[in-house]
Amino acid sequence: MKFGAMKPQRRNRLLLVLGLLAGVGLALTFVLKALNSNINLFYTPVQVIDGEVPIGARVRAGGMVEAGSIRRSEGSLEVAFTVSDLAGAAFEIRYIGILPDLFREGQGVVATGALSQDGVFFAEEILAKHDEKYMPPEVAMALDATKLEALQP
Amino acid sequence: MWRWFHQWGSPKFFYHRSGALLPVLALASVLILGCGVVWGLLIAPADYQQGESVRIMYVHVPAAILAQSSYAMMAIMALISLIWRLKIADAAVQTVAPIGACVTLLALATGSLWGKPMWGTYWVWDARLTSTLILFFLFAGVLALRNAAGQSQSAGRAASVLAVIGLLNLPIIKYSVDWWFTLHQPASFTLTERPAMPFSMWGPLLMMVVGFYAWFFLAWLIRLRHELVKREVRTDWVQQMIKQ
Repeated sequence: MKFGAMKPQRRNRLLLVLGLLAGVGLALTFVLKALNSNINLFYTPVQVIDGEVPIGARVRAGGMVEAGSIRRSEGSLEVAFTVSDLAGAAFEIRYIGILPDLFREGQGVVATGALSQDGVFFAEEILAKHDEKYMPPEVAMALDATKLEALQP
Repeated sequence: MWRWFHQWGSPKFFYHRSGALLPVLALASVLILGCGVVWGLLIAPADYQQGESVRIMYVHVPAAILAQSSYAMMAIMALISLIWRLKIADAAVQTVAPIGACVTLLALATGSLWGKPMWGTYWVWDARLTSTLILFFLFAGVLALRNAAGQSQSAGRAASVLAVIGLLNLPIIKYSVDWWFTLHQPASFTLTERPAMPFSMWGPLLMMVVGFYAWFFLAWLIRLRHELVKREVRTDWVQQMIKQ
């Protein structure tokens, strides 16, 4: 099938549709680029530290829960922990309430709440993120065992 | 190739030839979906983090894949209908839209049920979830436009234009998890890398995907054949069939 061999009527219709698609596509690209920061679901630790997050406004911020940073208070559901981007930037989150099942060290979380003047994020809601990897529990345990063995010389 | 295209574009030829596919597709979808459900829900292992909830994947992922590819198929049919004015392509658009809408709704609903125990919420306005909701609205929009104004030709064209323009949403859904920070995790399957799960999990998943496709083509074909007879009811070949 040759493009030039198409009937002129059909060729014009094809060009019209493709032109329309290209035009709308271009417009959409600009719109999405302009709205980029609004489409992102949460602020990253770097953005929190750099002061890009408005103080006191209701926003979402997220990162990885740092190992050993979880502190629970006795007798209440209050919990404080640090989230980082694994590249140096980190901030503290405080939360009172029930954490999702997937919440643990090294897990990604997205917190809804407000940032205070002193850089502590007070969360009203904590959502857990998980990665795209799936494996049976036995495999995960075997992997952990090999990791431990590798650490012990 | 052109002859083949024209032959299958004729409602009469299509109707008579496609009938043989129905039992094949019916048998395939029952067998494959049956085996896939047993394999995925009973035999496949639980996940090390998510436990048994991971089994929602065996319905959610096939539904999401089918939702997007059925949209692509609808848009291709719409393009053919716009350029070559093939009647059968217009009927194909009209009959696939409700199936696509249902499959998209299934993906959204199962995703929501999966989100509550894992993420801690049924819904969040992240890029992946929102763009999939838009996919549902696109299906619904095409359906509504096609059935507007007494099923006229111009309604068909408007629906087809919307279907083609909506194609732009597909790359947005696909890459939403890479372009923006989302709650939804990135893809577990890529063309270049090994799947991020063992065979005991992607085996049943693949089976469910194939089963979903078999069911989808069966549903589409039944609806399309029905629609063709309805549209061509005054022609000789349908009248002959009625007499027999």
